[in-house]
Amino acid sequence: MTKKIKNLNLNFGPQHPAAHGVLRLILELDGEVVEKADPHIGLLHRGTEKLIENKTYMQAVPYFDRLDYVAPMNQEHAFALAIEKILKIDVPIRAQLIRVMFCEIGRILSHILNVTTQALDVGALTPSLWGFEERETLMTFYERASGSRLHANYFRAGGVHQDLPAGLESDISKFCDGFPKIINDLENLLTDNRIFKQRNVDIGVVTKEDALDYSFSGVMIRGSGVPWDLRKSQPYDCYEQLEFKVPVGKNGDCYDRYLCRIEEMKESVSIIKQCLSKMEKGPIKSFDGKISPPSKKEIKQSMEALIHHFKLFTEGYRVPKDEIYTAVEAPKGEFGVYLISDGSSKPYKCKIRAPGFSHLQSMDYLIKGHMLADVPAVLGSLDIVFGEVDR
Amino acid sequence: MIDLVDLEKKINSELGTKIKKTEIKHKQIYVEIEKENLIDVTLFIKTNKNTKFRQLIDITVVDYPEKSQRFKIVYLFLSHEFNQRLILSYYINENEVISSLTSIYPAANWMEREVFDMYGVSFKDHPDLRRILTDYNFEGHPLRKDFPLTGHTEVRYSEDKKKVVYEPVKLEQNYRNFDYESPWEGTQYIKDQSENNDKKN
Repeated sequence: MTKKIKNLNLNFGPQHPAAHGVLRLILELDGEVVEKADPHIGLLHRGTEKLIENKTYMQAVPYFDRLDYVAPMNQEHAFALAIEKILKIDVPIRAQLIRVMFCEIGRILSHILNVTTQALDVGALTPSLWGFEERETLMTFYERASGSRLHANYFRAGGVHQDLPAGLESDISKFCDGFPKIINDLENLLTDNRIFKQRNVDIGVVTKEDALDYSFSGVMIRGSGVPWDLRKSQPYDCYEQLEFKVPVGKNGDCYDRYLCRIEEMKESVSIIKQCLSKMEKGPIKSFDGKISPPSKKEIKQSMEALIHHFKLFTEGYRVPKDEIYTAVEAPKGEFGVYLISDGSSKPYKCKIRAPGFSHLQSMDYLIKGHMLADVPAVLGSLDIVFGEVDR
Repeated sequence: MIDLVDLEKKINSELGTKIKKTEIKHKQIYVEIEKENLIDVTLFIKTNKNTKFRQLIDITVVDYPEKSQRFKIVYLFLSHEFNQRLILSYYINENEVISSLTSIYPAANWMEREVFDMYGVSFKDHPDLRRILTDYNFEGHPLRKDFPLTGHTEVRYSEDKKKVVYEPVKLEQNYRNFDYESPWEGTQYIKDQSENNDKKN
């Protein structure tokens, strides 16, 4: 007598801790083998793009913090660059260095979170405890510069909001001296760890061709052996003057992506050091009173500054009619802003290109034929943050 | 690496009448085509050895409710080989169905679903055209310009029914949209900061 066997449908998330947020993944299982994965996203959809269309350019900046909320300033950077290119304004060198430095701090923040939670997903608890202590230190740097640990709202078109407070530069420098040791500690725990390797090596392999077809970017494409980094290939701000290497993987599996992230953190530390050594006193935002607000002192003394301040915070600055796409190398991949301005003080359209969206899309392709236990490992190495996937 | 001017010439000569307009600005090439030629043009730019736009970065729509052809469909491409970006666009009417790119670029799948969800533009031959970002059973297309910012419904947990219920949006205070736009132009020059500092000293 034959018995009919039916595939099992399993709901993974939205409350599963390894779903990295609010992913609802519907898995079709044949025994323990995944036959099909259908991610349901949008549980964190807030309509960011619609809201930005209804706000002035300056008011739109905080929405970018709330996309990929583990590396907030990298997103602001893309938006600031887009406006700067349309307005054709120059950014003072000190502002460029500050922005690049905080973008690299953001990269470390994001990579620590990803590497350690990926380890947590496959059973290692200690890395996350060690890593999060460092993240806390980095977030105090964010706080000292911008006033908040997470939602910084710090980058402006034409520079940054305010100068660094006294002592911050030397503290960041001290952190840079101590941090490589922490990376070493993490590597000691994970890189040669038998269990970690068993769970990650040859899991979720992406070939070069497929990485291109599925619009992968960032670590996801570098892990598969494509040497592509926007900081090198289409440099923005002062990346051209900095020296750094781009780590590239070989096999395109979860383990290679982990190694890439570890190496990238080391490179980021070196970039931060270079920024600090190049930093000299100087202006931190554009002089154009029509775009950057005047200082409190100026407002008290100059009528023109007072008018500028009033106009900037009511009407906002106007951006001439144009259409532009700008992308930055965010920790997770290519983060882009497609901006259409119509000459008013609000964007007509602002499409946000989130790297996580195209990465998560490939979930079905990545996980087909793998075991159920590999789902968290693959998901962890995709580096998904729902703020940016759902927008 | 061939530069953008060569690329523009190449596209214009190879594709000829299929191209309506090309333009280079911001180190990117903007190409406008007719709706019917989408598949031909994308196949060409993806496979030709001098273009190789292997990656589809994003698909989006711009809504111009006052125009007769309401939607502008925009495709962003990237060529790793030549380090170039291409922005392809065309206009369609409100209820037109357009061809899907999923067979050429697998990544187009979710991007087209998002366009369908946000703007209500349908795709021919799409394998799985469902809503993606909005709630299950959502109605309307949020990114259209005529969709209100507050939306139509709100949700709350009803203690009586012991479940989440949908209700029309009730605002305690209306959404305030002040009109700050003024015809005031102001000066065009940037005030010299050094001069300003000298005066003070």
